[in-house]
This record gives sequence, structure tokens and C-alpha cells, in this order.
Amino acid sequence: MDIALTILVDGLIYGAWLFLVAIGLTLVFGIMKILNVAHGALYAVGAYAGASLVGGYLFATPPAALQLPLLIVAALGVALLLGPLLEGVLLRLFYGRDEVVILLATFALSLIIEDLIKQVWGVYSYYVSEPYALFGVIEAGPLFYVGYDAFLIVVAALVGLGASAFLRLTRQGKIVVAMIHDSEICRAMGVNVSRAYLWTFTVGVFLAALAGALIAPTLAVTPTMGVNAIILSFAVVVIGGLGSVEGAALGALIVGCTRAATVHLWPEGELFIVYAVMAAVLAVRPRGLFGMPEGRKI
Amino acid sequence: MTLRPSPAPAGRALGLAAAVASAILALLLLAGWAAPSWAIYTATIALAKGLVVLGLVMLLRMGLISFGHGMFYCFGAYVSGLLASGAGLTDALALTLAATLGTAALGLLLGLLLAGYRGVFFAMFNLALSMILYGALLKSVSLGGSDGVSVPAPSYFGLVPPDGMRSLAAYGFVATIACAAGFLLWLVSRSQLGLVLLGVKGNEIRLDYLGISARRLILVAYVLSAALAGMGGSLVAIVSGHVIPEMAYWTTSGEFVFITVLSGPGSISGAFAGAGVFEAVRLATGQYLPNAWQLLLGGFLLLVILFLPDGISSLARRRTGTADASAPPAGRVQGEG
Repeated sequence: MDIALTILVDGLIYGAWLFLVAIGLTLVFGIMKILNVAHGALYAVGAYAGASLVGGYLFATPPAALQLPLLIVAALGVALLLGPLLEGVLLRLFYGRDEVVILLATFALSLIIEDLIKQVWGVYSYYVSEPYALFGVIEAGPLFYVGYDAFLIVVAALVGLGASAFLRLTRQGKIVVAMIHDSEICRAMGVNVSRAYLWTFTVGVFLAALAGALIAPTLAVTPTMGVNAIILSFAVVVIGGLGSVEGAALGALIVGCTRAATVHLWPEGELFIVYAVMAAVLAVRPRGLFGMPEGRKI
Repeated sequence: MTLRPSPAPAGRALGLAAAVASAILALLLLAGWAAPSWAIYTATIALAKGLVVLGLVMLLRMGLISFGHGMFYCFGAYVSGLLASGAGLTDALALTLAATLGTAALGLLLGLLLAGYRGVFFAMFNLALSMILYGALLKSVSLGGSDGVSVPAPSYFGLVPPDGMRSLAAYGFVATIACAAGFLLWLVSRSQLGLVLLGVKGNEIRLDYLGISARRLILVAYVLSAALAGMGGSLVAIVSGHVIPEMAYWTTSGEFVFITVLSGPGSISGAFAGAGVFEAVRLATGQYLPNAWQLLLGGFLLLVILFLPDGISSLARRRTGTADASAPPAGRVQGEG
């Protein structure tokens, strides 16, 4: 019984991280039909920005109360700098082309950003471990959990609920939902679709950078962390159904728990179980658990 | 409707293409004789990778991109490597044939599942499958884990080349296979099958009305591309003497996609030329700019998809204004080996 509980908690922690990375990816795809391969690289940029600001690399380590706000500021800075730049200058050139062409464009972008990271921050690992101790240790029976991990679960839940509420309850959210269904009609009704795309992409970048900045205290920040994150979050959003927030949450939980179970029960399978689950889900439901079938166009 | 290998290339065109292929082979072999040994090794690897690209070019003609063909490349390499190191089979041709057939079988199995997918889903499903192979190989102790498997030196039709000749022999072998495969692919491109492939990208529903199953076409092309990737992987295994799980990692697949998009769907020799340029540039940047290699790749890729959607090989075509106006421009098939 203990092992089941451990798996569940580990899965929840891992799933929270996955969800934080994946939600930006799925939102951008859902709204703009762009599968942003560079999402992982942006996540890495967020982690580096957070580490530089809080880890004592740029200036002395800030006091405890300022550490979390500064991590968020770092993510915000990355988003406001890179979001408008990438969408407004670059991606805009590819609108109207095949989905696959845009996939290639963002693939190119991820290669570029990954090398720029190496140019700016070098190839060595960065550490920003101070915030990890902010919430102390939680004792759960015989087991100990780091408070920061619980904090990440709370953040993931808040971000998910926030996105869901925004899309359902606010005027802007409803416009976005309308855009998902038919951007041309929206334009005809007077919605400024290009501005909405700019905002959507910037929010996507912010979510990627936020995930990176918040996860940075729990691991070593390296140039390759983006690659690992992007393929896992692909699996998550594809399992849930590309473009669906609820799907990403469910996908993150499924992947998180499956991986935790595999780590505990069958360690050899750890590296590929996620993709095996993804392949199994896709084989049964080609568009993911929450995915909508697409009509054929003549 | 059954697809026949017609309109058959007229006998003269066929002969001409065969002559071109042989001429290219002769040139390659001559160049190999004169080139320094590091260039021979790079060229051998490039020709082998060109085979993988050739398969992806077939898929690209249908508008499909696979971010997971490293899987077949790796699978072919491991089939070859394990047969050589485990079963003691060292004949290069036998190894390559076994790997090609084995990979084709894997391609058929996965193709049945994948033929229903298009666009982003096709690309990413392939990626997931390749990562399964990567993870499994990395953790399998009996297959060498992350160290991979080392492959003993090959023999060619019972002959073992002396030490100084080994890389030249490998080069000659790979060049011959690459030219033969290029010629065969040229035949396929000219066949009815090769021509209707273009229709999958153009308009699937019209294909349906013609009585042609897009699904089956995709399956055929997928198996073909898998076999070519396996062949390329097997050749790399034989030439480099080592196989590692990273061959299935998604960055390897990304490289193949990169070369494919760069060389474009139009030309067969372009696939090999693209692979050659890629390996050469990699060699140069690895030497001088180790941390700007991906930056260069990414920038170049952006420029190509922005300004040359049909790849670099479309430049040559634009300049010479090749005839054959009846073929659709996106997938115009060139008469070359």
C-alpha cells in the first residue's frame, strides 16, 4: 500500500512539472495551430534567466522573500523580450503555409536558441538551489517531501485553473475560443486577430519561461534541458489531445504516474515508458484523449 | 486500380539514366582514389546518410515529414552490428541486405499503424516510436547499453581488404550501393506509383475518387523509406565499426529532416549532395565554431524554407529550366542517378 501512495505522490510532483511545461505548448497549438518545437528552448532560457537573477550570478543572492517574485520577473522579462520578437518578426512570415512548414521553422528556431544559450551563458551548469529550501520539508508518515515540490503542484493547479477560467469566463477568453474555431470570421467581426496571436504567443513564451524559472531550483540548469523537456511535453499534450488544457492536465497526470510507477517497479523501462503510453493512446485515439476530429477539406 | 510501373521510361531514357548513374559512380570512385583519407571517410558517411535522406525525400513528396527516421537508421545499424559481432557474419553485402530487409519488416509493422496519420501527428508519432527504441537500447545491458556494440571489420565477397585499403574499399562499396539505390529510386519516381505519390500531397480526396488508396500509398512509401534508412544505418555501422543508441535519438532524426528539407523533394542526386554538404560543413564548424553549429543550421534552415520551399536543388532547375513541363512543379522528377 505504501508503494502505491509513494507512486501517486511522485507522479503528482512529476506531473505538475510536466503540466507547467506543456500548458504553454498546448495553448499555442490550440489557438495558433503552431506546434512550437522551440518551446523547450524557451523553457531553458527561462531557467537560465531565473538562475542568473536569483542564483547569485549577476548580483548577490536576494533575500528569501524576494526569490520567488524574482523568478517570476525573470520569466516575464524573457516573455516580453522574446515573445513579440519571435512572433512579430519571424513566425508571421510563415502564416498560411503548411502546418509542417511551421513545425520546421520552430525546429530551426529551437536549434538557434539552444546555441544562443551556449553563447550567452556558456556550456557549464548553473545552480540556483536557495529557493528549493524556502518551504522546508513536509513529513508524511515515514516519508519526507520537499516543500518546494508541493509548491510546484499548487502553482501547476493555479496556472491550469487560471487558463481554464480565462478561456471560459472572460470576454478576451471567449474571443480566443472563437478564434480557435474560425479566425477568419473573427477577423470579419472586427477582432484584431494578429494582435491576439502576438499576445497568445507571448503568453506561451511566458509559460515556458515560468516553468523553466520555477523548476530551475530543483535541478542543474544545462543547455540541453530544453531538449529533454520538449519531447516529454510533446508526449503529454499528444496524449491529452493537442490544444486542450484539460487534456494536458490529464496527460501530465497519466505520464507522471506511469513514470513514477515504472521508476519504482521496473527501472529499466523509465526512459521509454512515456513514449510507449503515447503510442498506445495514439493507436486507440488518434487525436488524443480530448482531441477533436478534424473534418476533411476538399 | 492497380499501379503499373508505367508510363515506362522509354528505353532510351532508361539507358541514359543507367549511363548517368554509372558515370557518377565512376567519377565518385575516381575522386575517392585521389582524395585524402579523412575526406574519404566523410564522403562514405555522407553517401550512407544520403540513402536515409532519399527515403525521407519520398515521404516529403507526399507532404509527410518524419521526426523519427533515426529509429530505422539505428535499427538497421544494430541488425548489421549484432549479426557481425554476435553471429560472425562479416560479408558487407549480406549484412546490408539483412539489415535492409529487417528494417523494411519493421517499417511495414509500424507503417500499418502510422499510415492513418498526417502532418504534425505523423511527424511526432514517429518521434515517439524512435524514442522508445532509443530508451530500450540505452537500458539493455545485453546490447551494450549506452556504449553500443562494436562491429568487426567487414569482408567484401570473401575478401578482407588489407589495413591501408580498408576505408577505400568501404567507400567503393557504399558508393556502388548508393548509385544503385539512386537509380532504382529514379525508376520508382518515374513509375505510376511514384507519380501518384505526389497526389497525396496535392489532394487526397481526388486520389480516392481515382480509386487509389492514399493509405496504401503512404504505407508503400513508408516501408521504402524505412528500408533505405536501415540500409544507410547498416552501411554506417560497417564503415564506422561502431553502433550506439544515439543513432535513434531525435536529434539524429532532426538532422535527416534538415538535410531533406535543404535538398528538397525534387532531386535524387540532391539528397546525396545535401548529405555531403551537411557532413562537410559539420566537419568544418566542429573544428572552428563548435558552439555555433546549430545556430548555423537553424539560420540556414529558416532561409531555405522561407525563400526556397522546394530546396536547394530547385535552384539548379530554375537556372537550367529543365524540360518535363507536364510534371507538377513541387515534385518534379529529374532524370538523374
